[in-house]
Amino acid sequence: MKWATGSADPCHRAVSPGLMAALLEHSREGVVVCDADGVVTLANPAAVRLAPRLEPGLPLPAPLDSVLSAPEARVVTHDGRQIQVRAEELGEGRIAWYLTAETSRRTEFLLEAARRLAASLNPHRCARAAAELGTRFLCDAAVVFLPPASGRRIEWIRVVPGRSGPDEGAVPAAAAAEVPGLTDALAGLREDVAGRQDPGGTPDWLLPEGFGPVGHLLVLPLPGNSVSAGALVLARRAGRPSFDEDDQGMAYDLATRAGAAISAACLFRDQSTVNGILTGDLLPPDLPEIEGMRLAGRLRASQQAGAIGGDFYDVYLPESGPVERPPLVILGDVCGKGARAAVLAGQVRHSLRTLLLMESRPERLLELLNRSLLASPSPHSYVTLILAALRTAPGGHVQVDLAVAGHPPPLVLRRDGTVEEVAVRGSLLGALQKISLWPATVDLAPGETCLLYSDGITEAFGGPSGREMFGEERLRRALASCAVMPVDALVERLEQLSTDWLRGGQQDDRALLAVRAGRGASR
Amino acid sequence: MIPDLPAAARRYLELIGRADEEGAVGLVVSLLDEGVPAEDVLLRVIATSQRRVGELWESDEWPVAREHGATKVSERAVAAVGAHVRPAPSRGRVVVACADGEYHALPAHIVTEVLRLRGWHADFLGASVPGPQLITYLHREGPDVVALGCTLATRLPRAHALIAACQAVGVPVLAGGAGFGADGRYARLLGADAWAPTADAAADRLASGLPSFPSAREGAARVGGEEYVYLTRHRAELVSRVAATLKEAHTPEGGHDDDLGYIADYLIAAMYVHDASLFTDYVTWTCGVLLARKVPAEFVVLALSVFRDVLNDCPRAQALLSEGVAAAQMCSAARQQRRAFDAGHAPFSG
Repeated sequence: MKWATGSADPCHRAVSPGLMAALLEHSREGVVVCDADGVVTLANPAAVRLAPRLEPGLPLPAPLDSVLSAPEARVVTHDGRQIQVRAEELGEGRIAWYLTAETSRRTEFLLEAARRLAASLNPHRCARAAAELGTRFLCDAAVVFLPPASGRRIEWIRVVPGRSGPDEGAVPAAAAAEVPGLTDALAGLREDVAGRQDPGGTPDWLLPEGFGPVGHLLVLPLPGNSVSAGALVLARRAGRPSFDEDDQGMAYDLATRAGAAISAACLFRDQSTVNGILTGDLLPPDLPEIEGMRLAGRLRASQQAGAIGGDFYDVYLPESGPVERPPLVILGDVCGKGARAAVLAGQVRHSLRTLLLMESRPERLLELLNRSLLASPSPHSYVTLILAALRTAPGGHVQVDLAVAGHPPPLVLRRDGTVEEVAVRGSLLGALQKISLWPATVDLAPGETCLLYSDGITEAFGGPSGREMFGEERLRRALASCAVMPVDALVERLEQLSTDWLRGGQQDDRALLAVRAGRGASR
Repeated sequence: MIPDLPAAARRYLELIGRADEEGAVGLVVSLLDEGVPAEDVLLRVIATSQRRVGELWESDEWPVAREHGATKVSERAVAAVGAHVRPAPSRGRVVVACADGEYHALPAHIVTEVLRLRGWHADFLGASVPGPQLITYLHREGPDVVALGCTLATRLPRAHALIAACQAVGVPVLAGGAGFGADGRYARLLGADAWAPTADAAADRLASGLPSFPSAREGAARVGGEEYVYLTRHRAELVSRVAATLKEAHTPEGGHDDDLGYIADYLIAAMYVHDASLFTDYVTWTCGVLLARKVPAEFVVLALSVFRDVLNDCPRAQALLSEGVAAAQMCSAARQQRRAFDAGHAPFSG
């Protein structure tokens, strides 16, 4: 113990009775003192909280009285609560007991298992969590085997404390069969409820070099959604105690919980793989390099997790075939939002790809699309669309042949920074038998830009007051301020201004596609 | 011969200032070919020049369009470095993302490339990643760590939600970017598992090892509060009222309505993290930026005073605004002193 220097009589100067009482009062460790007759003379608040039957003036209650003075603490159960008790002789027959609450290993395990295994929907992360829980509470090395997702190799994740991270690998089924009981466990079968296996049969590859001989081995199936979610192998080094009944119970719990977590994660993985394949074609395409011009596009879906929606754009490069045509870009908006709208948008993009094999005139293409939408079995197949054929012209110019069906007309950013709306319009697709179109052609000098956009941009509500529409005028001004930017910066800036305007408010799908004549920035 | 990197950075700045993508990409590739380590090209040429771009915008020497153009070219240059030098991944998997609503993607992009150079399998999700998209990614790909960038303190509430969401699915978060404070104090407050001020520091921090799972936390972080909620809900009305009052007062040389919006956002962010210096630092900075645009600090003093008058039911906000007024007055006084000093030293003044 240390005292302040200069105290002549440390026991009396440094620790007055008042200070001593305060120290005991605030100690988190319970302190109990008994006299030589075993009668409690002092019990601080922490001690009374842990053992409510303690009462100064009465004898020390059982089972505290059974703890003899020793440097090692013992765990006793008092009123159903586990308490760590250490006794110390103070001289003159007096004895002090120091009490702390014992959180049982099992409670701690259950809390930690719940926290870690409920978190992720990724099979590998779940497997790693299970292995780490194994080594933290039960064993010296834990290996989780995952059921083969594809092919015949079985993936494993191994955790051995003291190594920098988990090791991972994959083995063929034949190698897995070398681990005693693993083939059965992977099939969901258990010979022994506890999963005990002969440690002598452990193959070398199962554990890292230098691990030493295995003394005790548990191999347990991970129960899944009626099919196996893999297997769990727990190993203790030779010389360590064997897995007792408590350990076996905990291992069983761990396997059950890990199995549930891994199988849910596998289910999510399989569904998101299918989802990815199905939605892959609905995402906007990467924009190609086209000689003599630059394209940039941005699409934000209102439903953020899916990243797909009713706004769309696409590019159709010329193909060798009977129809000669320049590159074509489209931007459109399907009535509705989310997956349902995205499916129709995908159909429109695909129909157009097919039509382009036989037809290249924009007006004619829109008429054919209209007929196909009218014939569509799904109701409300309304689509607005801009179709732009991009012809390069002498002097780095680009001629844009535009046909618009019920869509806001494109804007053109001239070299001097002025912004014009193209006088082009036409009726919505999918509503009327006969559509009317007034097409137009725009000439872009090098550095000039034609911007196609969806009404999600101009009809965004927000702004300083939160209730104002972004509007076409604001879009024109924003576009005018982008004259010196590269075209991809231009599109990104417009999207950013629109997102800032929305301030996280209710969003519609938003699409932007810009075509700039020539290469490089306009200046 | 070792190329002169400061000179290369100056040349690079000139090229991106003209949005000369081919020139800028050509320069960084030639530096790599001359043997300059890729990390130096990223940090000492590209990142250094981009910091200068920010300063040039602040001092109104470059219009915002030029700044955007330059930044876009730098994005291409960073990608070109990544395409040129790509070591095989030998370490764990990191996903780099920007907070929702955060459009300053370049710093995060540079972090991604530095991590790749150091052997991490790093994926970059781009600017403004919506939370659900990031969490879906975490479940699908199972990275070891999320590196979350936040350059503007006004995004801290959203960054906080993202940190909590990542940790809830069991992935630890390394926070970075000026938004978390120069000393990372907001990263700690919002419960990030680690913080790094720069791209190379982020790589060092990851190399020293992060826990495989976010540590359990006792209780919630002390953030937000009643007035924070009130201000967040009524931000639009507040800004409209302040704008209307300023108009009635016929402020002679006023700032833009956007400036009032930013003031409100920083006020709200400061209330969220309970830190007045977040607000006063912003006030001092914005006085400088506005001054460069011929808007005097008196405009900020006036605007903050109007905010304070309007928010008469919010004592905490009013206290913050008073500190902001004091900071703006200091800027105004410093300028007047300088003016007096300049006048006194003008030749033949009298």
